[in-house]
Amino acid sequence: MVTKKEIKQSFWIALWFMVLTFPIMVIRVNTIKNIIVWRWTNILWIGIAGFFASLVWNYLLRLKEEKKKSDTKEDIPFVHRLLQNDRFRTPFLAAIAIFFIIYPFAFPMYHTSIMISALVYVMLGLGLNIVVGLAGLLDLGYVAFYCVGAYTYALLNLHFGISFWLVLPISAVFGAMAGTLLGYPVLRLRGDYLAIVTLGFGEIIRIVMENWDELGNGPRGIGNIPPPSFFNFELNQHQNVIYIYFIVIALVLFTIFFVNRLENSRIGRAWIALRDDEIACQAMGIDKFKTKLTAFALGATWASLGGVVFAAKTSFINPMSFTIFESIAILCVVVIGGMGSAIGVIAGALVLILVPEYLRAMAEYRMLVFGALQVIVMVFKPEGLIQSVRKIYKFEKVEE
Amino acid sequence: MEPILNVKNLTMNFGGLKALDGIDIVIEKGQIAALIGPNGAGKTTFFNCITGIYEPSEGKVEITPPGKSTQGLKGLKPNHVTEKGLARTFQNIRLFEGMTVLENVMIGRHCRLNAGIFGALVQPPSQKNEEKKCVADSYEVLEKIGLEKYVNEKAINLPYGAQRRLEIARALATNPFLLLLDEPAAGMNPQETKELDDLIIWLRDNEDLTILLIEHDMKLVMSLSDRIHVVDYGKKIAEGTPEEVKSNPQVIKAYLGDESEDA
Repeated sequence: MVTKKEIKQSFWIALWFMVLTFPIMVIRVNTIKNIIVWRWTNILWIGIAGFFASLVWNYLLRLKEEKKKSDTKEDIPFVHRLLQNDRFRTPFLAAIAIFFIIYPFAFPMYHTSIMISALVYVMLGLGLNIVVGLAGLLDLGYVAFYCVGAYTYALLNLHFGISFWLVLPISAVFGAMAGTLLGYPVLRLRGDYLAIVTLGFGEIIRIVMENWDELGNGPRGIGNIPPPSFFNFELNQHQNVIYIYFIVIALVLFTIFFVNRLENSRIGRAWIALRDDEIACQAMGIDKFKTKLTAFALGATWASLGGVVFAAKTSFINPMSFTIFESIAILCVVVIGGMGSAIGVIAGALVLILVPEYLRAMAEYRMLVFGALQVIVMVFKPEGLIQSVRKIYKFEKVEE
Repeated sequence: MEPILNVKNLTMNFGGLKALDGIDIVIEKGQIAALIGPNGAGKTTFFNCITGIYEPSEGKVEITPPGKSTQGLKGLKPNHVTEKGLARTFQNIRLFEGMTVLENVMIGRHCRLNAGIFGALVQPPSQKNEEKKCVADSYEVLEKIGLEKYVNEKAINLPYGAQRRLEIARALATNPFLLLLDEPAAGMNPQETKELDDLIIWLRDNEDLTILLIEHDMKLVMSLSDRIHVVDYGKKIAEGTPEEVKSNPQVIKAYLGDESEDA
């Protein structure tokens, strides 16, 4: 029940909000007529909304506390229960598969195009999830490798006319190389220090591309990047989008398959151990440096693949596509989706990329909603939308 | 008895502070040896120096694995020390909290396996068998330690005593010949301590292990150990059987203080 104390608290919070928003919500200067318009009703709404929002907030916090007390066992997320249940797994997966196959034909090209960006983010998210979610290395310059991939395709195609399909594996190698080259010196650092250095590296790559005119045309970027070829057939624009859509779907499936296998392998376990306790991990015979480098290089590989698809889709790239905000967006996907949880990251990417796209109608408030969503997730579900679940091993002896 | 661990003149300086000052310790095969001393005497530093977490400033650390020749450990990384057959537990529990009990033990097997990224991706038969064997071996270790009922629990959800035992299980999974236990009984109740006592003796007798432990629980130390080494202010002050150590005036002085100084 709502206590007196909470009502009092909410009252003060509402008042505080009224004071805070007073300048922007009440005063409007009309420069044409040279008068000030006082919109007093606005502040009333702010007060009422603030009051009830605070009450709801408190209620939800209390609910969370009580839940924590009542059951010590953590609950397995709904999606995982669905996937573990033999009866529902196949229909569930089939429904998803049908949805994604029909999607580009059922919706206009615009929606398909948005879905492609979301799926590229799924790839990037899953790649960064290896680095941040599994191995626990906070990488704020992930976009650098995305940039490497995009420019690899653009430049190789421009100068040597190499096709998309050939560039895909080449860029994977380039990405891994870039990851290793950067990782080698910086992986001695950890935590905040690593974050700062990777942040710097991400910016360096962008600034180099912006100023190195001879290499990539500087800020003018590279245009006319051809879409992927389809057995020498000429595709019109719409067909092309659908074609890229399915390429991305295939790449995402491959990524999921790869990540899934890796997560429960010797390497994947070593990453998680490294994240949980570095010293204990070494004392158990794991080569810290090698394990970190593998994670970093693999993450970079995926970013690079994502970059190639991005370049092929937009047909134009310039350094402005690879700012720090991209890195942060991908990191948000991983953190909000659920660190270390592949399903969580997929859900996170779809939500975080699709929702803002469809909120374009209220473009002004888009970032506000986005920010509020992040705060809410972090407060109420700090482990992410869908938290990771470790593999359950069955033993006959246990069941006896 | 042949020596299995031979530490000579081990010294560790942190800036001007001598945490270890010329320690000589010999551990023989099949022994349960204890390292005791007041708080801050340098016991854990000694462990860290041997296992490669610190690189000692001076001195020699040599091991003689059963059936192999003597080799030095100084300057090796912790993971290589573990590969040579030394395994340790930690004073403040350092489990991998996000992983299940079984996975914690499987991490211990890590250095005895060799699957790479490619193997994990393609999963050829050899790789599948290795993984199966790893699961089976790890489960076997859990059975030995008596933790099999927790197999799929997350490590962080285990009762305290079970977490301490899991640390031992994890160390055991690395296939060591010498087990270093850092305060294994810390925070345990008398019942759990009794079980630990039995477990350590069982490990020595059935797993062919040599054990070196740091412990503050004197009852446990006196009943378990074949040989006790006492350190104080980074120096070794005594060595002997429990009876000898108990009556050694220098040990009593280190633990209880010197009467003449207080007067």
